Amino acid sequence: MKGDFMDKFLKGSGLSIVSSVAVVIAGMLLGFIVLFISNASQAPAAIVTILTFGFSSLRNFGDVLYFATPIIMTGLSVGFAYKTGLFNIGASGQFTFGAFVAVYIALNFEFLAPPLRIIAALAAAMLAGALWAAIPGLLKAYRNVHEVISCIMTNYIGMFLVNYLILTTIFDPMRASSQRVPPSTHIPIWGLDSIFTDAVRASPLNASIFVAIFSALLMYIILDRTTFGYELKACGLNKDAAKYAGINENRSIIFSMMISGALAGLGGGMHFLSGAGRTMSVADVLANEGFMGISVSLLGLNHPIGIIFSGVLIAYLQRGGFNIQPLGFAQEIIEIAIAVIIYFCAFVLLVRTQLGNVIAKTAAIFGNFIKFGADKSSKSAKSTKGKAV
Amino acid sequence: MFYFVVQNTMFFLIPLLVVALGGLFSERSGIVNIALEGKMLVGAFVGILFISTFQDRLPGQPILLIALIIAALTGMALSFFHAYAAINMKADQTISGVAINMFAPAFAIYVSRAVSGHQQVHFSDQFRLERVPHLGDIPLIGPMFFQNAYITTYLGFLILAISTFVLYKTRFGLRLRACGEHPHAADSVGVNVAKMRYAGVLISGALAGLGGVVLVVPTSTTFNATVSGYGFLALAVLIFGGWRPLHILFAAFFFGFMQAIAASYSGIDFLRNLEIPAHFYRMSPYIATLIVLAFTSKNTMAPKAAGQPYDKGGR
Repeated sequence: MKGDFMDKFLKGSGLSIVSSVAVVIAGMLLGFIVLFISNASQAPAAIVTILTFGFSSLRNFGDVLYFATPIIMTGLSVGFAYKTGLFNIGASGQFTFGAFVAVYIALNFEFLAPPLRIIAALAAAMLAGALWAAIPGLLKAYRNVHEVISCIMTNYIGMFLVNYLILTTIFDPMRASSQRVPPSTHIPIWGLDSIFTDAVRASPLNASIFVAIFSALLMYIILDRTTFGYELKACGLNKDAAKYAGINENRSIIFSMMISGALAGLGGGMHFLSGAGRTMSVADVLANEGFMGISVSLLGLNHPIGIIFSGVLIAYLQRGGFNIQPLGFAQEIIEIAIAVIIYFCAFVLLVRTQLGNVIAKTAAIFGNFIKFGADKSSKSAKSTKGKAV
Repeated sequence: MFYFVVQNTMFFLIPLLVVALGGLFSERSGIVNIALEGKMLVGAFVGILFISTFQDRLPGQPILLIALIIAALTGMALSFFHAYAAINMKADQTISGVAINMFAPAFAIYVSRAVSGHQQVHFSDQFRLERVPHLGDIPLIGPMFFQNAYITTYLGFLILAISTFVLYKTRFGLRLRACGEHPHAADSVGVNVAKMRYAGVLISGALAGLGGVVLVVPTSTTFNATVSGYGFLALAVLIFGGWRPLHILFAAFFFGFMQAIAASYSGIDFLRNLEIPAHFYRMSPYIATLIVLAFTSKNTMAPKAAGQPYDKGGR
């Protein structure tokens, strides 16, 4: 009985979780070593901060969830594409594009009453992300352009285009960024501020975390419980076989990219309507959330539920990293650790099989030992019998 | 003005050429290399850090050469990790590339902050050749290639010549290309596929690292933990160039020219009068890439085995 349970656990999600955790620990250990090398006297305090800051108060944990929301969305975006055989490295551009459209509508569509305006802004953000992702999708489907390279290009084009659009439409010269959206278009808080708070102030956590979780569930249902999702996955596994089975493979590629882009665009929209006074800065920098999405997705093994947890975990580490700056460390240490984590994720499959082998071997040795004992006793029983005869 | 644009084109062309040739060695051996950006960045960082530290103690050109060597070695060291993941661990090559690209800026910022307290590394540009003796006086060609130039320009063309020779005229090159096209065939005649692929990735790392310094020195006097997507552009140059050295030169020229226009259009009356916003010039190389790829990718010339881990037992 117990053995059966262990077997199932090892073959199913259990081993995946174990390997992901092992990979995270390895990455963090390396980060800690770097901290020690750069300043040994402050390193212990920094490590304690990284590990405990997110849980040190409800407000801080609320901040973790707040910062987890956009990277869960981009993580879902990357994960959805990955499940259908596409590598969406363009989540950054889709995120930015969605964000711009949402902010633009929040500022300018005054003919819509605020609750409607929020919905319109977020819907438009999804559409913008989807359309931006459709470019690599179309190029892949009809012109055989590898999506990685076209996604990289659309990232840069999106960045320059959005910068230009901000400058010409919603620019605030005083702040050198986009104008602040009016408070009435902030995503509702639903009383979360009374939970995730401390004596000083409340965390800006809002309803978008629920949207993120809902999106994850929806992605799970689409991919695992519908014919449509099955077709998308089939195309990812073997395009020719899918075509032979009567699936329109070009349509599937484009839909996959568009859904993936919609998730990233929605993430961007929600992030900039989140009421923390966030504005879009005009700088030649790609949105980091898009690249974080890759880490989140890989660490979550591209599974929607895994992505929620890995998003929270990475946001947790980032909040900790942000708060080691007073100790004289650069917060980039967390990015270094995350890069190491992704590097190990690249061969997580191998780690998993080897880890599985090790466990199986130990179990086998252990099992044999018991068996051996049993054999021995039965043999001895036989021999005594023989003697008796 | 014409000369100015040509000189500017060189500043962008050469790094793209060098890094794309780096990518060529890696992909021709069968390893996809989207980590070029990261390798370039770390190479540039270490090279520029060296220049900025020793600038007042060492003379002009030699320090640049030493910086280039250091950058190449750094790029090589970083690409070792890529090679290990891709060859020994048979990992997804895109993912380990992403990891390196993520590691690079974080590493540069972290180390820079730890060393000097600032994110930027400043250096002064003492490497510009105002006018190469004799050659700079040749009409037309002189002002185009031998005035307001850097030794890196000539180094770039030298690397192109050597790469072409190595890839097409030596045993090593033939074996490397075989590993990228049909590793099993290569293996069956006694070529060590893993070794060849290591060689390809390490060479690509060296050239990418070197390319980082080649990019930053003529175009800036500060290094701010970015090579602004040039590693990715070099990848596009590689694809556009159909994985062949001479074609890569033309592709690099095309992109270099686009970048030079984007950087200096305000000095050209005709373009300034069009009143197209600066952002569109800056977008143009990337848009051009997409359009070019849309027309050239249908019959891709990519090495057949690129991106696939070599499995001896596979078929």
